Amino acid sequence: MAERLDVQKTYKLFIGGAFPRSESGRTFAVLGPDGSLIANVAAASRKDLRDAVVAARAAQPGWAGRTAYNRGQILYRVAEVMEGRRTQFADELRRCGVEARAAKQEVERAIDRWVWYAGWCDKFHHIAGTVNSVAGPYFNFTTPEPTGVVGIVAPGTPGLLGLVSRLAPALVSGNTTIVLTGEASPFTAVSMSEVVATSDVPGGVVNILTGATHDLLPWLLGHRDVNAVDLTGAPPDLQASVIAEAADNVKRLIRGEPDDQSPYVIADFCEMKTVWHPIGQ
Amino acid sequence: MADEIEPASRSNSSLPARVKFDLDYAPALESTSIVSIADEYGLFIGGQFVEPESGEKFTTVSPSTEKALSQISSASAVDVDRAVKAARRAHTKVWGPMSGRDRAKYLFRIARQLQERAREFAVLETIDGGKPIRESRDVDVPLAAAHFFYHAGWADKLEYAFPDRRIAPKGVVGQIIPWNFPLLMLAWKVAPALATGNTVVLKPAETTSLTALLFAQLLQDVDLPPGVVNIVTGAGATGSALVDHGDLDKLAFTGSTSVGKQIQRSASARGVPLTLELGGKAAHIVFEDAAIDQAVEGVINGIYFNQGHVCCAGSRLLVQESIAESFVDRLKNRLSTVRVGDPLDKNTDVGAINSAEQLGRITELVAAGVAEGAELYQPQCSLPDRGYWFRPTIFTNVQQSHRIAREEIFGPVLSVLTFRTPEEAVAKANDTQYGLSAGIWTEKGSKILWMADQLDAGVIWANTFNQFDAASPFGGYKESGFGREGGLQGLAPYVSLSSPRGVA
Repeated sequence: MAERLDVQKTYKLFIGGAFPRSESGRTFAVLGPDGSLIANVAAASRKDLRDAVVAARAAQPGWAGRTAYNRGQILYRVAEVMEGRRTQFADELRRCGVEARAAKQEVERAIDRWVWYAGWCDKFHHIAGTVNSVAGPYFNFTTPEPTGVVGIVAPGTPGLLGLVSRLAPALVSGNTTIVLTGEASPFTAVSMSEVVATSDVPGGVVNILTGATHDLLPWLLGHRDVNAVDLTGAPPDLQASVIAEAADNVKRLIRGEPDDQSPYVIADFCEMKTVWHPIGQ
Repeated sequence: MADEIEPASRSNSSLPARVKFDLDYAPALESTSIVSIADEYGLFIGGQFVEPESGEKFTTVSPSTEKALSQISSASAVDVDRAVKAARRAHTKVWGPMSGRDRAKYLFRIARQLQERAREFAVLETIDGGKPIRESRDVDVPLAAAHFFYHAGWADKLEYAFPDRRIAPKGVVGQIIPWNFPLLMLAWKVAPALATGNTVVLKPAETTSLTALLFAQLLQDVDLPPGVVNIVTGAGATGSALVDHGDLDKLAFTGSTSVGKQIQRSASARGVPLTLELGGKAAHIVFEDAAIDQAVEGVINGIYFNQGHVCCAGSRLLVQESIAESFVDRLKNRLSTVRVGDPLDKNTDVGAINSAEQLGRITELVAAGVAEGAELYQPQCSLPDRGYWFRPTIFTNVQQSHRIAREEIFGPVLSVLTFRTPEEAVAKANDTQYGLSAGIWTEKGSKILWMADQLDAGVIWANTFNQFDAASPFGGYKESGFGREGGLQGLAPYVSLSSPRGVA
């Protein structure tokens, strides 16, 4: 019997719940250790980025408007769907140079991280919010709310765990996201898109763009309808003048760890709202 | 309660006419004898008052009399560097290693001294800044003392504020504060910084340095170790020198959004942690089912408190269409009894505009309001001959696109717009670059909570306005800045947190 010929996958962007190619028609080649072509992956353009921002903005009130319980179930669903694709994710990490044992471990930790953050959706308000004892007859409380539309520069390493470690906490409170995954680990990024697309995460809540980060980041930082940018995975040689663009709409700039799990990270993607009301008869 | 609700059908003629009551209260001037202002002041660096390297000084005037009060030192980049070095030394040698328990005791001392000398600080604040003595006495100074008292208690309890984290101070913090609440903004900046173990270089606003310099004397009296707090006076150039200094571990700024953006450009490009508390254009939303008399008081207080020099001022009134006419009538009626004049008079409601420059900006924007077709109302109160004054102003017939509905005026000017449904109120309220505060007036609880959820603002007052407390976080959404001041959340910007287990 003749050996079965592989069906090769087209690696595309993930915008507004759909999988378009880059409008620019550009791709970048991913080569194996022997220099042979593994795949051509879509290289997002600044127009793709703007489309992703539009999708994220449109999806934001709906996602934040879900109950925390519902968001928790959806993020848990992401872990469930990912669990069934463990082998695939591990293979993809190995194709990008991660050793087999480490790849398996990274996938397992990434799945567990989704589970961990899913559970925070209806609990982190207990930790980040407060009832404040003011010196007067007022009921006063502070509650965290999502910042809005958040750009995330995913760390290049660990490719999958870094992406999950920054994306999941942003989603917990109800932000919608545009994730730049760069060129280092495109296969797991695209597979992550597929998992998100099949896990009841509404279209536009997560948008994932593969392609050169240094091409896209200036447009992300300069975009007036993006409320915050997570620079955890930003290249160290990022120019000062590019970061300065973020000030045009007083963007929140977040710098965290590529492999961290903590409710403090959820709070980094939040605004604190304080409400006062008199107490009386 | 129903009686308090103004039916839309009730004609304006049944409202009390704008009767001319005799409201000329006898003057009740606060004595200024408690205050002694020196002819000139140095910079407060390393626990001492020192001359600026350039010898340069500028004159500070009282905005209510235009009289020169004193000569204030202008700090150059060299002076700022001396101050940062003093702060660095103090952090490394004294304040950083000090136990939280002892830091707390210093902060308690400061709080107590502020309470003991409250009258002196209040009078000086009013002379220097032009705000009514009633406000500096009852709001600014007591809140400043409370802020130190509140944060004193945190200094030895930080492990309960940030469970499961290793907590370290940022180090040396640069802080720049505005002229609208000089001592209170100083307290908002200095108290959390010291409680968490940082040392400070603070720049007060150019027009209001005096209470900061009196505070420096107070720090000497409480034996705060030299260099823990340094105060560098001066104008914008001093601020720039501080922002651009290479050895700061954090910057905090309260002021205009345009300057805040410049600071963010500089600081974020260098990776210096930053918090910003910037401008606002708060929507003050009054529904037809509000307690109308209380809402009138709330709206008046919301915009005319401190001459409207308040970043969270309720400068856009959104009133439900069904009651708009009668509500505006009541506002105008109430305005006729607002007393404008000598800020040292205990009867005064609205004092002097802080500076000639600010008066110019208010005048320019009000002229733009008239030119764009809004309808201007001002009570014909008499104003003092000297000093900087502006009549409390109400604009009706304002469109969402008018400059007076979009730009921060930072003066006693209210722009009135109307809405029909809660959804429309939310859409109009959120249609601004700002997101600092908002007000809601309705007797319906579920509507309050729905509105509070929908509004993009960091502070929301329901059936009240302009309330502040050390335990209550304050700060903005969107272009009103980021980070909080006050409360548990206000500590976070002043600490570095890390995992006790190392990176996971």
